[in-house]
Amino acid sequence: MADAAIEFKNVTKRFGSVVANDHVSMTVNKGEILSLLGENGSGKTSLMNMLSGIYFPDEGEIFINGKPVTIRDPKDAYALKIGMVHQHFKLVDVFTAAENLIVGIDPGKKLNRKEIADEIKEICDKYGFVVEPGKKVYDMSVSEKQTLEIVKMLYRGADILILDEPTAVLTPQESEHLFSVIKNMKKDGKTVIIITHKLHEVLSVSDRVAILRKGRYIETIKTSEADEEKLTELMVGRHMELNIERPEVKNKELRLSVKNLNCVNSEGQQVLFDINFDLYGGEILGIAGISGNGQKELLEAIAGLQKTLAGASVIYYDPEADKKDEDGKSAGMEMIGLSPRMIREKGIHLSFVPEDRLGMGLVGSMGMTENMMIRDYSTASKSLLFTDKKKPRELAEEIKESLGVVTPDISTPVSRLSGGNVQKVLVGREIAAAPAVLMTAYAVRGLDINTSYTIYDLLNEQKKKGVAIIYVGEDLDVILALCDRILVLCDGHVNGILKGTEARKEEVGLLMTALKDKRREETAE
Amino acid sequence: MMQNFVTLIRAAVFFGTVIMFGCVGETVTEKAGNLNLGVPGIMYLGGIASLSSVFIYEGSTENPNKAVCVLLALVSAFVASSLGGLIYAFLTITLRANQNVTGLTLTIFGSGVANFFGGSLNTLAGRFEQIAVPVTSAAFRTTLPFSDSLGIVGELFFSYGFMVYLAIVFAVMTHLFMNHTRRGLNLRTVGENPAAADAAGINVNLNKYLAICLGAGICGFGGVYYVMDYIKGTWANDGSIETLGWLAVALVIFTTWKSKHAIWGAYLFGILYWLYLYIPGLTRSSQEIFKMLPYVVTVVVLIVTSLRNSRDKQPPAALGLPYFREER
Ligand SMILES: Nc1ncnc2c1ncn2[C@@H]1O[C@H](COP(=O)(O)OP(=O)(O)OP(=O)(O)O)[C@@H](O)[C@H]1O
Ligand SMILES: [Mg+2]
Repeated sequence: MADAAIEFKNVTKRFGSVVANDHVSMTVNKGEILSLLGENGSGKTSLMNMLSGIYFPDEGEIFINGKPVTIRDPKDAYALKIGMVHQHFKLVDVFTAAENLIVGIDPGKKLNRKEIADEIKEICDKYGFVVEPGKKVYDMSVSEKQTLEIVKMLYRGADILILDEPTAVLTPQESEHLFSVIKNMKKDGKTVIIITHKLHEVLSVSDRVAILRKGRYIETIKTSEADEEKLTELMVGRHMELNIERPEVKNKELRLSVKNLNCVNSEGQQVLFDINFDLYGGEILGIAGISGNGQKELLEAIAGLQKTLAGASVIYYDPEADKKDEDGKSAGMEMIGLSPRMIREKGIHLSFVPEDRLGMGLVGSMGMTENMMIRDYSTASKSLLFTDKKKPRELAEEIKESLGVVTPDISTPVSRLSGGNVQKVLVGREIAAAPAVLMTAYAVRGLDINTSYTIYDLLNEQKKKGVAIIYVGEDLDVILALCDRILVLCDGHVNGILKGTEARKEEVGLLMTALKDKRREETAE
Repeated sequence: MMQNFVTLIRAAVFFGTVIMFGCVGETVTEKAGNLNLGVPGIMYLGGIASLSSVFIYEGSTENPNKAVCVLLALVSAFVASSLGGLIYAFLTITLRANQNVTGLTLTIFGSGVANFFGGSLNTLAGRFEQIAVPVTSAAFRTTLPFSDSLGIVGELFFSYGFMVYLAIVFAVMTHLFMNHTRRGLNLRTVGENPAAADAAGINVNLNKYLAICLGAGICGFGGVYYVMDYIKGTWANDGSIETLGWLAVALVIFTTWKSKHAIWGAYLFGILYWLYLYIPGLTRSSQEIFKMLPYVVTVVVLIVTSLRNSRDKQPPAALGLPYFREER
């Protein structure tokens, strides 16, 4: 039996009526990589926060390296060589990497930026990171920020490293790199705890998996003895079928026609080149591509949030329009040049789950009900002096029920919910708005496996109702199983549109990385 | 013409020194994430504390010692203003009261207390109904010995009391502290992202308390300078300190939270404020429009920085927000 790095004994943490952790007793061995797995709101973050000194347990004891400890604040955690990278990064945007790194250490010491840069380089070389000491955090990508957070912990001499959903916002490539770094740290004798909802990551990176369910500790199993099905069953507490359906919808109607879409980003670089495609009601169009290849701009351009270059056109065909021409097609409406508000006022039913969800569309201090109301406050309150709360309340109840939002009450401020549950509220609301066009970017990010499948079901239900759906995702297996057609973006070009039933993973993967030479094709025509 | 220029600059320096203290003090406070709108009140407290303590001292000794006078004025002002800051800190940090409301209340409280005691002191002073602390005021107004012999250069740069230079020293030291020491970095982290500071092992509340009390103390020096040098050791119930206090708050914005810019910004505000005296043909009402200039340039700076979207010229990101570790 290996030595225990961490031992929880009957640890309980409550928030009002919510029991986040209920008499948890578990052990983490020295030098292992442990995955902590559990549904949204099962208490993973809370449990780890008690190690890093953010929360203090109501009951129970914690042992580090065999000794009982009291961790009152993050300082105590550092003294015990525990470092945690939080779900929301704890960095100062206007500081450089180096400044963020040394904040809080040796306040009396001289501030020698050159010396710190050298120390950073040493750590980076040892484990295989890349950090530019002089770069400001606001200029960094998520992945760079994450790296900085990890280096920060190592710089502070952490022996036990806790990563809370580190891969939720990383591309698969970045995740791979992260895992190789984690394995280097393990070789160096460090203990790593990683929280993730992606089962294939759990299986590939960790030595053991600990499972929490509704605040209770279930058990820890060896990764070598686990598979996706077993893990899901332990997490949820019952057997689960993990199937994605692809129902066939007949009589698809043209809903959206995108032509000659060109976009330039804020830095003046062109990010979308001549995008052309049609979208039909009753289909899910998957958009595959390495993140940052134009997905964000494409969706935002359609939603009226991103300027397009001259000549672009997005025509919307209203499913309920009275005026239909000879072939039964309704007259189209040009959406380019309309703001999101004008789009709504013209009666275009568009729902959009954006990539960057923090600060977009949810008010943390308000409950679920109020957050349902924000979406269509203008249409809902036009006729009445007072707002009608009944419908939003019903909707909130419905979403809480169908997606299993863990919250004591629909009036509890959403900021108190766990990371994944906040996501559920937003995604649930947008899907339930019964739109004609639904665009989702990384809809299942941060969601547990069970809820992810519920989301796929909900999308399919909307599709059967005739909604036209654009699904931007990063998990190719899901895209291949769920989508009717797959549009592959590469460097801002449409590099191919494939049928979902026929596409093979290798083929899509190739289209994602290698741009077909468009120009040669064009001149040949 | 030349003489006009020299008088304008000198007036601007007197004026600017008061708000430079206020601006530097408020910058220290705001860097910790607390917006203290009590600056005018704190200046009042500093002013009245220094005036009353030296008034008692000068009245009770035959030959008041100049050094003692100066020291007494500064220490009493610092203590009184820091206490004002401490009240504000206790209410906003420990009791988590709204920062704006608490600050405004402190301004009302400070000006009330100061004008009450100022009025009483004037009555105490006797027949002429005007208090005076001649020894202290003279000490504060002593200029550098060689300033007379340097002609116009001496008049422009060296013909002021020591607090003019002290204000500059404070501005420079604050700049160095904030940008070139680890403690300064820690303090700024508290104002930018208290959760990050907390997770990094920094004592958020302690830093806030210290910064607010120290900042208030520095603001209080503005009050001392106003009373002892600007109006020559007297008291006036005319609300000038309040105007100066608000200008100090505006100056913090104008300098984009960088105390080094206060050194010229404060004098610029002084020039803009007094400009109307040198523009011919103004009526009483058009004068008032000119007195608005400092606020106008502040608004312009705000607009320009937000148009340029310069991330480094923004207020501390957590300015005005309370922090509690287990809240999320
Ligand atoms: N500061 C807090 N105030 C109130 N309730 C809280 C707080 N922190 C956690 N909770 C509650 O405790 C429960 C567990 O939350 P926790 O964040 O640990 O979940 P999690 O397992 O990390 O979920 P996710 O996968 O969604 O991140 C949730 O019901 C949450 O609402
Ligand atoms: Mg969590």
